[in-house]
Amino acid sequence: MNQYLLSVYEAEGNSAPSTPEEMQAFMGRVIALEEEMDRAGAFVFGGALHGPDAATVVRGGTGLEKVTTDGPFVETKEHIGGFYIINAEDLDAALAWAEKVVEAINHDIEVRPFRATGRVRADH
Amino acid sequence: MDDVERSYREAHGQAVATLARLFGDITLAEDAVQDAFVTAMDRWPRDGVPDNPAGWIVTTARNRAVDVVRRNRRGRELAEGIASDRLRAGSTADAEVPEPMRDDQLRLIFTCCHPALRVEHQVALTLRLVAGLTPSEVASAFLVSEATMAKRLVRAKYKIKAAHIPYRVPDDAELPGRLRVVLSVLYLVYNAGADDLNRRDLRAEATRLTRRLVDLMPAEPETVGLLALMLLSDARVPARGGDGDVVLLKDQDRSLWDRSLIAEGQALVLACLRRRRLGPFQLQAAIQALHCAAGRYEDTNWTSIVRFYDRLIAVMPTPVVALNRAVAVTETQGPDRGLLLLDEISGDLANYHPLHAARGSMLQRLGRWEEAAEAYARGAELASTESATRFLRGQAELVERGQDRTK
Repeated sequence: MNQYLLSVYEAEGNSAPSTPEEMQAFMGRVIALEEEMDRAGAFVFGGALHGPDAATVVRGGTGLEKVTTDGPFVETKEHIGGFYIINAEDLDAALAWAEKVVEAINHDIEVRPFRATGRVRADH
Repeated sequence: MDDVERSYREAHGQAVATLARLFGDITLAEDAVQDAFVTAMDRWPRDGVPDNPAGWIVTTARNRAVDVVRRNRRGRELAEGIASDRLRAGSTADAEVPEPMRDDQLRLIFTCCHPALRVEHQVALTLRLVAGLTPSEVASAFLVSEATMAKRLVRAKYKIKAAHIPYRVPDDAELPGRLRVVLSVLYLVYNAGADDLNRRDLRAEATRLTRRLVDLMPAEPETVGLLALMLLSDARVPARGGDGDVVLLKDQDRSLWDRSLIAEGQALVLACLRRRRLGPFQLQAAIQALHCAAGRYEDTNWTSIVRFYDRLIAVMPTPVVALNRAVAVTETQGPDRGLLLLDEISGDLANYHPLHAARGSMLQRLGRWEEAAEAYARGAELASTESATRFLRGQAELVERGQDRTK
């Protein structure tokens, strides 16, 4: 089993659910999707992020002084609004989940395979 | 192409496909097959090409890959399994393509053309692994250095491995979309060969791969349509002039057209029409079949051609299709109507030389010499090949002279 990061890209000023009815429908779709992921053993972790206005950047390097500044790291029209980490057999299986996420939350998704997961241990 | 080279290309795709399934690693498969061919290059010219070159290559490459994997601590168990499998299988010496081999080839094609790969990577992988071109041949086919192509292939194979792009034939639900990607890669290869005299080999390569795909998936009408489209277009190559000059359809010596290719292409088109599942490639092939059916240019059945263009534009509403349709409509409804249709797409295709060539020809027919010369000259500036530039410049001069005559 492999793990993939599904990053949810939101465009600046894009249509978040605006009415209570839309919000309810949105929540319903997301809850149903996450339950489906759970049943399939695909759900590892997921979350929604605050916007780029809430981001802070720490710069520096190993052995260098660290400098904290207002974020985001890169000023772009699109930013990551949330993400899922999923288990999937292969890329096609991960893409099938990505399609369902796009359908449920109405945003584009970037799918990336993990090279390694978990804590780095000394015998690696 | 000599015997060894031909056998190389024929056997390469099959061998890589089978090895990739056995070892689950395309790079290992490619390297092992490469080694097997080095051995073959040494032995075949001396001992003769074996009866079943693909079987010989698969067996030799499998032995080679088992050796490589054995040296790797983790791969030892896998190697033992495959080695005993090899002993059971003996020397895969069947002449026809057995079921598992058929699936191996399809798996390799669909993996190379996975939509998660960028188009130039799909093309490079398909030519290298499925068609069996050498890395330097693939590089020269796409006019890049061998180092650039090598990097491209490494990156593509890296993505297959890192993202775990599966090595399998898509299921029925995915198949139409996935097959479209495969066919577009094959057509891209074909057109790269059609646009450039020095790369004519690519046309033959694309046709060979499409023919193989038809053998592997005979029930897919769009694949048959693409093969027919390639054959019917190949049939007219001899009339296009030996040194790459542009010779318009209406000026071609039709006695030079290849009758046997036309017959085969038209038979495929008829089978498609009977099947009634017409997609874009089948419709384009049907249009070419009608062109090929006309003994003289004046005999062309433009009414039917326009009807097929109407259906084509319904399923494939691109500006280029609209341009070709406008050219056909000019023959049934006159150049005034054609010009109106061109106006609708002239924004989208402002830098596309065939648009200006078509406009020039329509204006010429209306006797609007000055505008025609301008359109041809603009086309000549934009043309991507030397022969097209030369042809359009010639047309511009021709209408300028025509203008002089009428003064």
